[in-house]
Amino acid sequence: MLKSLKRSLATIALAASLTTAAQAAEITGAGASFVFPTMSKWSADYNAATGHRINYQSIGSGGGIAQIKANTVDFGSSDAPLKPEELALSNLVQFPSVMGGIVPAFNVPGITANQLKLDGETLANIYLGKITKWNDPAIAGLNPGLALPDLRITVVHRSDGSGTTFNFVNYLSKVSPEWKQKVGEGTAVRWPTGVGGKGNEGVTAYVKQIRGGIGYIELSYALTNKVAYAQMKNAAGNYVQASNASIQAAAASAEWGKSKDFFLVVTNAPGANSWPIAATNFILMSKKPKNAEGNKQAREFFTWVYANGDESATQLGYVPLPDDLVEQIKAYWAANLK
Amino acid sequence: MQATSAPGQTERSHRLDAFADWFFRNLVTIAGWFVLVALGLAALSMAWGGREAFMAFGPGFLTSTAWNPVTEEYGAAVAIYGTVVSTIIAMIIAVPVSFGIALFLTEVAPSWIRRPLGTAIELLAGIPSIIYGMWGLFVLAPFLSNNVYPWVDANLGQVPLVGMLFAGPPLGIGMLTAGIVLAIMVIPFISSVMRDVFMTVPNRLKESAYALGSTTFEVVWDIVLPYTRSAVIGGIFLGMGRALGETMAVTFVLGNSHNIHASLLMPGNSIAASIANEFAEATTPMYQSALLALGFVLFIVTFVVLAISKFMLMQLAKREGN
Repeated sequence: MLKSLKRSLATIALAASLTTAAQAAEITGAGASFVFPTMSKWSADYNAATGHRINYQSIGSGGGIAQIKANTVDFGSSDAPLKPEELALSNLVQFPSVMGGIVPAFNVPGITANQLKLDGETLANIYLGKITKWNDPAIAGLNPGLALPDLRITVVHRSDGSGTTFNFVNYLSKVSPEWKQKVGEGTAVRWPTGVGGKGNEGVTAYVKQIRGGIGYIELSYALTNKVAYAQMKNAAGNYVQASNASIQAAAASAEWGKSKDFFLVVTNAPGANSWPIAATNFILMSKKPKNAEGNKQAREFFTWVYANGDESATQLGYVPLPDDLVEQIKAYWAANLK
Repeated sequence: MQATSAPGQTERSHRLDAFADWFFRNLVTIAGWFVLVALGLAALSMAWGGREAFMAFGPGFLTSTAWNPVTEEYGAAVAIYGTVVSTIIAMIIAVPVSFGIALFLTEVAPSWIRRPLGTAIELLAGIPSIIYGMWGLFVLAPFLSNNVYPWVDANLGQVPLVGMLFAGPPLGIGMLTAGIVLAIMVIPFISSVMRDVFMTVPNRLKESAYALGSTTFEVVWDIVLPYTRSAVIGGIFLGMGRALGETMAVTFVLGNSHNIHASLLMPGNSIAASIANEFAEATTPMYQSALLALGFVLFIVTFVVLAISKFMLMQLAKREGN
């Protein structure tokens, strides 16, 4: 009796292991390049833990949106949230995956990381081409005691359309009415001045090479490339340094609960310690997927990411979502996805 | 037996030959037409893709300097200007240098060095353009901005009239750097064509000139160059076509700024670089259409350049009385 039970248990175990092997799914995703490093790490860890494979193509937010609308991938990803109306039109759901920070990196001889302080309006005026020298009274006024050189400012921006640009100019529009009126916001804008570098790496390379350069890049790029970046004055009026803690503070102070489909850009966040230029990556999934199994698998993948992906994301310079936001996302799934 | 079978076999082999002939003729005809059809369809599909932009902006698309994805206003003037100016700079540098390389290899160099040097030039032609771009950005641009452009700005920048071309902050990236990188990229093409045609000049022509007491320069200028003129011009325009359409290397060092500056030290934009930079994230139909329209404009620019070269060759031929 016992023997036969043992045997049948073994058979069941074998069958179970066979079915998991057969069901090792391939989940396809496409979109923002911003999350590609952490997405790769998550994919590798997830594959080790479950055997499922994630195939993420880093083709840019625009491409990710187009592909999920065409229903050719299980999930898309974008650095700019879609409006709820646009989501409804294409039968999509949207939720945040991970956050990061954008920092104003600079190359001014003699000034090192975090010595320089800027506020939103000054940054906007630099990007508008109204402040052209590093020793301009506007910058000097924010930095008493700092020896600023009589050096020309060279603005560096992205040459390709980008979610990083979207979050950066969204911030400038919030803090500078003139920016909002003259330039506006989008993944690409008409830059009043400066040179364009391709990708975060292009902007980083230009800032490092051009004396007097200033450019906006992801915090993780600034850290790995050892570029100096400025402190920023946030909405509460405090100077903060870009760090995991200040970006997480921005995420926590954002009022996610009040936004439909998580349509919220976390720039100029209200908290006392919030980093003002945070970037959020959003995942898009279809409510009426062509491949229902892939849709379900993708959701399981993100459940796993929220539970197990924080450490690897932090190591790569990303900021995991606060726990209560994850709870909101799960409730949102239950309400919107089958 | 043999006598009866031979005529039948020849007839059959004749028919087989005729078929092979017919088959071969059609095969190469299709290959020939394939080029024309592919070219025509590519131009047509870009014009079709860009129809929205052409209809919205009309002929003003070609002359407008606007490029604003937020308000969806697009114009090609900045990109056309950048493409043409960077190519002109490249040709000003590349043509004399290529000419020198080709002459050195065919007339001056000792024979043991000709082959390795010729191979080196061909290898240069095989380097992917992104490598040139990275070299331009990480090696050439810092060098120019630290050592060359400050001098250019301080000295050439003060010269009346042409000074405005060379005045400006030494960023290291911009129109002039792009032109220099492009020049290095097209030199192998132009110089290897020149070398090949210089070698076709009959020795007896050159030897007679030398026998009459000509210097090497006179032989080259009065014998070699006139003999090969049309092929040399063809080679130059081959390199020019490549410079006009070059994408990756230019994107790295041009600065990608949608503004026209008088100074060559300032950043600009080119047609191919705009498309490469912006196509992936061109989310609205009009944005995409404007980029495709740019592609069509590049087609036209290249076509015009080639047409001018053909016209020049025809004029030359007429002047020589052929």
